[in-house]
Amino acid sequence: MLSRTADHLYWMARYIERTENVARVLDVTYNMSLLPTDSSDEAALWDTVLEIAGIRDIYDKTYKELNAANVIKHLVMDSNNPSSIYSSLRSARENARAVRVAMTTETWENMNTLWLEFGQYIKQDLTVSGLSEFCEWVKSRSHLFRGVCFGTMLRDEAFSFVRLGTFMERADNTARLLDVKYEFLIPMQEANDGAVDYYEWSAVLRSVSAFQAYQKVYRDAIEPMKVSELLILREDMPRSLHACYAEIMPILRQVAGSRQTEAERLAGQMHAKLHYGRMLDILKDGVHHFLDEFILANRKLGEEIQRNFLSATV
Amino acid sequence: MTQSAKQFFDEMQGYGGNVRAIYQAYNRWLSDVPTQQLAAKRAEAEVLFRRVGITFNVYGEEDGAERLIPFDVIPRMISASEWAHLSKGAVQRVRALNMFLHDIYHDQEIIKAGIVPHSILTNAQYRPEMVGVTVPNQVYAHVAGIDLVRTSESQFYVLEDNLRTPSGVSYMLEDRKMMMRLFPDLFKKYPIAPVEHYPHVLLNNLRSVAQTGVTDPTVVLLSPGAYNSAYFEHAFLAQQMGIELVEGQDLFVRNNAVYMRTTQGPQRVDVIYRRIDDDFLDPLVFKPDSLLGVPGLLSVYRNGGVTLANAVGTGVADDKATYVYVPEMIKFYLGESPILQNVPTYQLSKEDDLAYVLDHLPELVVKEVQGSGGYGMLVGPAASKQEIEEFRLRIVSKPANYIAQPTLALSTCPTLVEQGIAPRHVDLRPFVLSGKTVSLVPGGLSRVALKEGSLVVNSSQGGGTKDTWVLERDDISVETSQSQMAAQQVNQEAVIC
Repeated sequence: MLSRTADHLYWMARYIERTENVARVLDVTYNMSLLPTDSSDEAALWDTVLEIAGIRDIYDKTYKELNAANVIKHLVMDSNNPSSIYSSLRSARENARAVRVAMTTETWENMNTLWLEFGQYIKQDLTVSGLSEFCEWVKSRSHLFRGVCFGTMLRDEAFSFVRLGTFMERADNTARLLDVKYEFLIPMQEANDGAVDYYEWSAVLRSVSAFQAYQKVYRDAIEPMKVSELLILREDMPRSLHACYAEIMPILRQVAGSRQTEAERLAGQMHAKLHYGRMLDILKDGVHHFLDEFILANRKLGEEIQRNFLSATV
Repeated sequence: MTQSAKQFFDEMQGYGGNVRAIYQAYNRWLSDVPTQQLAAKRAEAEVLFRRVGITFNVYGEEDGAERLIPFDVIPRMISASEWAHLSKGAVQRVRALNMFLHDIYHDQEIIKAGIVPHSILTNAQYRPEMVGVTVPNQVYAHVAGIDLVRTSESQFYVLEDNLRTPSGVSYMLEDRKMMMRLFPDLFKKYPIAPVEHYPHVLLNNLRSVAQTGVTDPTVVLLSPGAYNSAYFEHAFLAQQMGIELVEGQDLFVRNNAVYMRTTQGPQRVDVIYRRIDDDFLDPLVFKPDSLLGVPGLLSVYRNGGVTLANAVGTGVADDKATYVYVPEMIKFYLGESPILQNVPTYQLSKEDDLAYVLDHLPELVVKEVQGSGGYGMLVGPAASKQEIEEFRLRIVSKPANYIAQPTLALSTCPTLVEQGIAPRHVDLRPFVLSGKTVSLVPGGLSRVALKEGSLVVNSSQGGGTKDTWVLERDDISVETSQSQMAAQQVNQEAVIC
């Protein structure tokens, strides 16, 4: 298939996945902010949202005060923020429009409807009310997007690059979320004589739809170590890093065909680390260290995918 | 009857007497349907068109918003006998135009015979780069849009030929799909000829014009990209034909061949159905700042390494200055008399014609020779005194840039507008496809001028579209259609049993 087409499909899926993850974090954070806390804690809470999205700098340039309304505005409809839901959805739709031929009619119409419906939402002031409903809508549209791709697309390269985009983005997002929350919560825990903040950690789990999975797998009180294990190493946890790489690996092998690509090698290396790794080993250098390295390696893999398959270089 | 319906031939009412035979069953149906219901159907169509993304961008509009071309739910019908005449005439015309293009870039017999003046070789649309270049099957205009207008029961005229990158066929196909969805019952009543096989015919033709020796040609559609006004159509046709939709950046030239960049490495391309104007095709030969084209493409093309459809240089045959010679071309190349007539045309490069036109501007339509989209045009009867005087100055300064024609009494067709159902002027663009043979699917793009009294049907000037129903038989009456329906039901039941 055309490299440019593959590029558009890959980025379309990445932007949809990004939108979903921003909505997930926003939703959970908003619910957390409804719990009784003092205002400095609340600012710190919203700060983690900016950290996860990696947009602290842009935010500081635009807004003086760190509060819920500003963060929501910035992350939902600010067209100057490249990570906002507005920007991501627009990019997703523009990528889709550029290659509507390469996807099924249903996939395209689904993307287009998503954009048209979004137009209705941004007319509302979500900082006042309706944020949860909006986030639910984003999530369900994202589910629908994956479903329509899975249910209607021929299992060809187009499908592979859509899936690849989804899992590359998801791996990055889960790693960032866990990293920021871990950095935020562990010092608090130490200051509290080791008491684990149940609400905070369950919010982390909920933001990746892992709360029920945690209960099922561990049948135990919520512990940061087990949360980390679930989100990093468990292959059966659909938003974990391991699960993402278990999808990425065979896709890269398949699209490379008989060629040997650096992308496949890097993905294989990381997959082995997640597949055969143990929490004990990760703890030697610390969860933060591991996640930092993962985020960098994942970015490097993204660059190789771009170079090996998506860029129009001959 | 309104004033205009008496003055103009109406596709449904004729001159206001009896409803024309082919429309009688429809008219009966229409009179039973409340106008609000039609309006609701139209609203439903708009929602569907928007969801599918059948939109176009308007040049020069600031926000670049995507707009819908207004769709009218009342069809324009063409009887089987009318279609037999029109399609035969259109095929004849395109055969002659293709022969003219081959001739003008080779032996130029038609100039030697004194039929077309030598000055045609200085026309801006004439491409010296094409002299002596052999194209497969000697087909230049693989896709031709022939714009037809009707002025009376029996009189059709060719308004212009579109031989470069004619567009609009996606509306023919999508309007049909929409009508079948909105009014399935009417399709049972009427023997409406199907048009859905258009992409199939086009693909077969494109494959048939690959260079000799290529057994399984790779065909692509070259588009300027997502911001082009006709992008929807490019995407639609590529999808329907199952071929890659490429942009200039996806193609490159190496060793006298064209390749596309794919995830599996370079892949050879044999036929390019291009929807980019000549000027933008190859920055090494034409506009050097074009980012839409492919550097080196023309040299491969000239050496026979790739086929372009339509060929380079077809513009010389559809230029308004060339138009006047088409009836003569038909006689010259085919030895036949033209089936379809040209509109009588004054060439303002001729002194007598110029003098007459300047005296009669308020009655005439004046067109720019290389204009398109209805912008460089004066419609005398609709223009103010000031507009006429301004246009007069433009004509006098460069007479050869203009032609003039009498204002045609374009036929009208009932159309759903704000005030209800009212007659509006229509034209018709059937698409003629040339490959090993020349053919057309029974249908076309019917454009309608939605403004009352307006004769300009271009979508950029407030025109809309209608589905075009070419009938397979003309013997339709309500009685027979009801018995047909009964017969159909019996047949269906028989099949189900």
